[in-house]
Amino acid sequence: MSAVPKTQNEPRRAIPDRLGTQFKRIIASWEVLLLGVAILIFIFNSLASPYFLDAYNLSDATFNFTEKAMIAFAMALLIIAGEIDLSVAAIIALASTAMGYAAQAGVDTVGLVAIGLGVGLVCGLFNGILVSVLKLPSIVVTIGTMSLFRGISYIVLGDQAFGGYPEDFAFFGQGYVVWVFSFEFVLFIVLAILFAILLHATNFGRQVYVIGNNEFAARFSGIPVERIKFILFLLTGVMSGLAAVCLTSRLGSTRPSIAQGWELEVVTMVVLGGVSILGGSGTIGGVVIAAFVMGLVTFGLGLLNVPGIVMSIFIGLLLIITIALPIIARRIKAMSGK
Amino acid sequence: MSRLLKKRETLLFVIILVMIAGFSTRAAGFAEPGNLSNIFNDTSILIILALAQMTVILTKSIDLSVAANLAFTGMAVAMLNATFPGIPLAALVVVAIVIGAALGAINGYLVWALEMPPIVVTLGTLTIYRGMAFVLSGGTWVNAHQMTPVFLNVPRTMFLGLPVLGWIGIAIVALIYFILKYTPFGRAAYAAGGNAVAAVYAGVDVGRTRFFAFVLSGALAGLSGYLWVSRYAVAYVDIANGFELDSVAACVIGGISIAGGVGSVAGTVLGALFLGVIKNALPVIGISPFTQMAISGTVIILAVVFNARRERNRGRIILRDKAARDSLTNEVAA
Repeated sequence: MSAVPKTQNEPRRAIPDRLGTQFKRIIASWEVLLLGVAILIFIFNSLASPYFLDAYNLSDATFNFTEKAMIAFAMALLIIAGEIDLSVAAIIALASTAMGYAAQAGVDTVGLVAIGLGVGLVCGLFNGILVSVLKLPSIVVTIGTMSLFRGISYIVLGDQAFGGYPEDFAFFGQGYVVWVFSFEFVLFIVLAILFAILLHATNFGRQVYVIGNNEFAARFSGIPVERIKFILFLLTGVMSGLAAVCLTSRLGSTRPSIAQGWELEVVTMVVLGGVSILGGSGTIGGVVIAAFVMGLVTFGLGLLNVPGIVMSIFIGLLLIITIALPIIARRIKAMSGK
Repeated sequence: MSRLLKKRETLLFVIILVMIAGFSTRAAGFAEPGNLSNIFNDTSILIILALAQMTVILTKSIDLSVAANLAFTGMAVAMLNATFPGIPLAALVVVAIVIGAALGAINGYLVWALEMPPIVVTLGTLTIYRGMAFVLSGGTWVNAHQMTPVFLNVPRTMFLGLPVLGWIGIAIVALIYFILKYTPFGRAAYAAGGNAVAAVYAGVDVGRTRFFAFVLSGALAGLSGYLWVSRYAVAYVDIANGFELDSVAACVIGGISIAGGVGSVAGTVLGALFLGVIKNALPVIGISPFTQMAISGTVIILAVVFNARRERNRGRIILRDKAARDSLTNEVAA
């Protein structure tokens, strides 16, 4: 069988022997390509709808992705390290339910935010213990905790909803910092910078890449693999809690089905941003552009009165095509190179 | 060896028996044959989907699109039935299986030819297939009065004390058992998941094996699409929403290793029945059905912990033929 060595020796997670200029160009071109896509969608949208090019409308459009992007930053680190967390949307549901419960008991805004972030932290802690301490596969564990966290929301709420949040709580999801820039958008930018520094300019970030590229080698290099994974799960939990604060504040009510299916959109955003689902590569810059692309696509389709579920077809296609394209391109390159 | 392997299934079986006994102390009649056959019938679709999922997981993949596939196929056959009542049921069932298999083949092709990670592929197709169900139906429902009586009644016809739906479940269990145990594909599936590199050198085409596992999974999801729509007498976009997780849960509870290569049909069926018994018991013993999600979540986590402990203890055995058993007895003797 001639196919034997080919399928098995294809270096999927391998670190290239030398980081040549060609390698850099491929990496660079992904973000550039994505940026090009974003600009094209922007132009297309502004031609397709007369309401698109309006500062307030565009500002509104950012709400489509800011909350998901907050989680996507942490998820990007997690996926680069070779793990995944499918429970993020369920953490939002649980954190939002806890905040709703507390709001009914008369807790003030500061307390609500602390509860939202705290629940996120505890959920992340739980995932982290299961994955790093008990050494279980994160994909099954987080499928389990996804049911568990949202399940607790369903036990608390059933078919009811929580509302009645304090008035100043609305600032996080509805407030504007300056002109058309919402609190969420500013938070998104600040977090993007912080995560970019964390991933690209600290030892911690380098260690995340090493773990994703070769966990075995990382251990032998003295990198505390389990501890870093644990921290990443905590971080993802806290970011989900933060997203829960923003989303709950924006919607002003909590149902157990809140943020249903977001885990998929967050993973799509990360992968679209050029992060390899197999771990080891990707940038925060890519995720930021991917967030804009997804936000622009959903907003543009929304202006064209395309229903949400049809948009999800586009998101699904986007996910598959963006992963398939580089593979096909590599194949074509390999073929023409011979 | 076979004693060890049976242990998991027997343990699960005993747990289910204990649960049934426990529930029947709270609700008289829970353990009666009539009720038990009801539970089995009610769990049949989950059993079929879990077996589909198991075949895929054995090859070290995962199919998160089964429920979306079910929704699309169910919608397609329900609309066909409502629009053209003249089409015989057998043809509709064939259509359901073919559509399902085609959707599964798309997953399989992307995994095989483009070597894309199965979880990403099926996360993507999960939204696409459900979106297609919406596009197909325009968001409308197909209700019982639009479906023909034959379409609705065949799965609920009683035959030897069990509805046809239950018998279909039993037939699929037998079919998958046969496929996994006695066909080259079945052995290839275990080999591909157990050790892909060794499988390739043993002449197994891992990619093709995964492809066929996805096609089989899709075909079973398609069949379940018809069964679901007929059983609940309604078709809409959101049917079986999140059911893919139940199918994964049944596998994990049944001792199927998510890392591939390990698992038995009996384990999967018992895993599905475990969930089925809980689901049917909750309302009977007066616990809100809203707790079901949290219970499945907890059970999945516990099962993963349990599986991991077990796998750490005994390594991975993909061939349990006589030779392996003999070598083990020899080892023990020595």
